[in-house]
Amino acid sequence: MDALMNFGQGVFGGAWPAVWALLKIVLIVAPLMLSVAYLTWAERKVIGYMQVRIGPNRVGPWGLIQPIADGLKLLLKEIIVPSGANKGIFIIAPMLAIAPALAAWAVVPFTDSLVLANIDASLLYIMAITSMGVYGIILSGWASNSKYAFLGAMRASAQMVSYEISMGFSLICVLMVSNSLNLVEIVNAQDHGRFASWGLGILSWNWLPLLPMFLVYLISGIAETNRAPFDVAEGESEIVAGFHVEYSGMAFAVFFLAEYANMILVSALTSIMFLGGWLSPVGFLPDGALWLFAKMAFVLFLFLWFRATFPRYRFDQLMRLGWKVFLPVCLVWLVVVGVWMMSPLNIWK
Amino acid sequence: MDFQTLVFFFLSAILIFASLRVITARNPVHAALHLILAFFTCGGIWALLQAEFLAIAIILVYVGAVMVLFLFVVMMLDINLDRIRQGFWSYLPLGAMLGILMVMEMGLVLGAKYFQVPAAEAMVPAGVSNTKSIGALMFTDFVYPFELASIVLLVGMIAAIVLTYRGPKRSKYTNPNQQVFVKAKDRVRVLQMPVEKD
Repeated sequence: MDALMNFGQGVFGGAWPAVWALLKIVLIVAPLMLSVAYLTWAERKVIGYMQVRIGPNRVGPWGLIQPIADGLKLLLKEIIVPSGANKGIFIIAPMLAIAPALAAWAVVPFTDSLVLANIDASLLYIMAITSMGVYGIILSGWASNSKYAFLGAMRASAQMVSYEISMGFSLICVLMVSNSLNLVEIVNAQDHGRFASWGLGILSWNWLPLLPMFLVYLISGIAETNRAPFDVAEGESEIVAGFHVEYSGMAFAVFFLAEYANMILVSALTSIMFLGGWLSPVGFLPDGALWLFAKMAFVLFLFLWFRATFPRYRFDQLMRLGWKVFLPVCLVWLVVVGVWMMSPLNIWK
Repeated sequence: MDFQTLVFFFLSAILIFASLRVITARNPVHAALHLILAFFTCGGIWALLQAEFLAIAIILVYVGAVMVLFLFVVMMLDINLDRIRQGFWSYLPLGAMLGILMVMEMGLVLGAKYFQVPAAEAMVPAGVSNTKSIGALMFTDFVYPFELASIVLLVGMIAAIVLTYRGPKRSKYTNPNQQVFVKAKDRVRVLQMPVEKD
């Protein structure tokens, strides 16, 4: 590491810190994009097997090169701007969709020390940045000058604003019990407790004492990323493909990338907030980033499993779930956690 | 000029440009988008002043929630610019007077603070969490103003509901709450029929 630093200093001189920061960003974004590509492959394979099909199996062994082929195909296609579309916003919208999905990774910790920016209010930062992802969808719907796209955009924004509230409340419970807004400290706080001292860390993680909040967060996370069974924004059987119906080629692919990057982000956040991040589930195994990746893979598998299992929610049912079920549950559980923390039974000291 | 000053001027330039576009843009959606840009840049300037909680809060609340709904409304408006411009000259004196008054008030408040308090005093020592101290102050020293503000917000919310409430719904509608609790045996009856032989 020191040798690398010295080498960089020698080559770039005073600009080295900026170059080093850019390098670290590339080191996070490049594997992320690769994971996105292979998440699409995994999705097609997993759903294929669940539906007693094989999934992609022509391009490369087990269809492993399929995502690369798909990407190339989309890259070479023409981007058609519909007549009457607001051209500037039409082009900017996909960028607005993907930028927050990438920017949020700046504060996601992979281990105690492996984090790009270990800022104090990283949880708030994540909530603020992810709340901007909705603009890409609204603007694409509006700028396309198409009824289907606009309907999709309206659905998406109503849904994302509603589910953000219950998502925020479940995160408030997490920050109450960990007494910090810093993601590294939130993970470290899950390492303490009676079960952790017995070597059963898995039972000390937040998912067990905050079980209702864990479920609320997981389901809101699926709704927030517009995934099945909450994918009414796309709703191909009702509004063709929703907000990105007019997009083609790489502009469409960018929306696709944003959706999958958001899925990976939500799975990372779920793992960090509720599943103990990089902590190992049992005492005799070492902690490490591999645990985080394993937990993320598990949550991502849940995403795919849900998509293969559940039929799409109707829009009024979806709104009811957000406002009339999750919000009261969150408000009650917030008070319960507060009282629990003040009582002698407090387990988070 | 150090790096922070450079960032400050960069953000300020964007902020001024965006604010000007808010009032000059012909397309209301463009105006709303520039307002979002203005809020975001404002958050950046606050972060530069080490008020990270305020910076994130403005992005979370205004950019992430308020402006989404606002943009939503603006997109569906059918605005006729000529009709809006009709009364421009008759409204100008009143509008200009209010504008000048607001600028004077802002000048008094900001100027007084700017000229008397040395800049060094506002510096925050490293390691102090902005969010924590604001939270502590909000629920100790400023608990009454804070609760009062929340009551004002609640009143505003109820007022909005009352204003848009059009009496009970007379039309038939489905209750999603009842629908999701429906069991198959309430809806489907399986009949046992004896096999008919000929």
